[in-house]
Amino acid sequence: MTRQEILTELKKVLSPYTLEKEALANIDESTNLITDLKINSANLVDIIIDAESKYNIEIDYDAADKMVNVGGCIDVIEEKTNQQI
Amino acid sequence: MSRRVVVTGMGVISPNGIGVSAFLNAIQNGVSGIKFIPLYEELKFSCQVAGKPDFVLEDLKTKNYISEVTFHGLKGTNIGYGLMAALDAWADAGNTYDTEETRWETGCIFGNSVSDTEAMKNVITRVDNKEVKKLGSRVVEQAMNSGVTSYVSGRLGLGNKVITNSAACATGTQAILMGYEAIKDGYAKRMLVGSSEYVDTYVFGSFDSMRVLSRKFNDQPEKASRPMSLTAGGFVPGSGAAALVLEDLEFALARGAKIYAEVLGGNTNSGGQRAGGSMTAANPKGVIRCIEESIANAKINPNDIDLISGHLTATNADMQEIQNWCQALGRSGAGFPVMNSLKSMIGHCLSAAGSIESVASILQIVHGFVHPNINMDDPNPQISDYISMNCLPTTMLKKDINIVAKANFGFGDVNSCLIFSKFNPNDTTRNFN
Repeated sequence: MTRQEILTELKKVLSPYTLEKEALANIDESTNLITDLKINSANLVDIIIDAESKYNIEIDYDAADKMVNVGGCIDVIEEKTNQQI
Repeated sequence: MSRRVVVTGMGVISPNGIGVSAFLNAIQNGVSGIKFIPLYEELKFSCQVAGKPDFVLEDLKTKNYISEVTFHGLKGTNIGYGLMAALDAWADAGNTYDTEETRWETGCIFGNSVSDTEAMKNVITRVDNKEVKKLGSRVVEQAMNSGVTSYVSGRLGLGNKVITNSAACATGTQAILMGYEAIKDGYAKRMLVGSSEYVDTYVFGSFDSMRVLSRKFNDQPEKASRPMSLTAGGFVPGSGAAALVLEDLEFALARGAKIYAEVLGGNTNSGGQRAGGSMTAANPKGVIRCIEESIANAKINPNDIDLISGHLTATNADMQEIQNWCQALGRSGAGFPVMNSLKSMIGHCLSAAGSIESVASILQIVHGFVHPNINMDDPNPQISDYISMNCLPTTMLKKDINIVAKANFGFGDVNSCLIFSKFNPNDTTRNFN
């Protein structure tokens, strides 16, 4: 998967957790989940659980700490999915 | 200085109607909300009927009660009932949901028995399967007992007292009483109060095992809840919620609110599980004291009471309850007030009973009627030892109702009683200071 493909899929993962639909439609790697998408910080753990299930990966505590912006999320998903191959 | 407290909004999720107008129509026409539950037959329960509201959790999202983000991950039916009833009451009082600022003058006292056993079942299953990592962030808020008050106060930005109370079947009346006291004593201008109960399979099964539920009318669900009848053989569990907006009279008048009724007073106590009282039975002295002190607190005379909305669950405690009312009011025979049991139509909604029955009480004041006691086609002949059968109407009675006494008695020997009155702005019969 390319980073762009991951980003497109990531939008679907993030969608239930944000009311900022316009900001979500226009996300790029610098988009911050909490400040730009107004996602409740407690919900980051739910996004991690959804991503784990969607990509069939395991995201540990250290990796999860990087998932504050879209680029960080893509880094983690890319790394973990590559490990599987 | 003591403040007068009025009811300005109501919301109800009842087995026989969702929303105040559907509920009013149902209780005027004696409509039963008791249904046969096939799962309970499968599970070999003795009682296979229950009162279940025709409730759709998704309505919270599609009808804009809460945002889709809040809705995503909301699983708890009990929270759904409580939240919808509370938000309906809030809107009925003429208020909008959204606010940027915290509403410091308004609080919430809402009760339940358990927050949500479905949420807890999810926790137990996941943990036992070594899948704790999959639980996510939304479990604790739905498993904690203060789930309903947290969702309600968060949606409306309520900043005064936010309290979750629990007193078994006395929970609803107790929540309303506590909200009334907060306004009367000047701590709050407005309180959103009520209670909810979702009797899931596990709670239901626990009561079934106690052999206190109706079991002989599984093939006639609408006949299964029979308070005060000779064939009353236990109660029928019901689910639902109701909420009231209580308001300081001056605060309500200043914003031009419509006023349904006034809360004149009430009392909550316990019989201490002594003198015939136990974990499951009420000490008659505690019940009588609770009613007497409610009357004193409301500054009325026992003869002022036009209608009693009884606890009357359809167990052998019904006869004792009638005697207790006679003694507390000093009224009997044909001099006893009219009395009814909403449980004949919707079953016993446990923690939600007091709030749903309070909405029924207020509707009877507002619309001038007494709802029927259904399924009393074989009244217990012992009743006439204490009161006239005419005090227990079996069809709707059109009658001017000025004052209602509403009481509930719960496990743990806990009692709660409220006195509601028609609102009279020029009331000079009582000293409100």
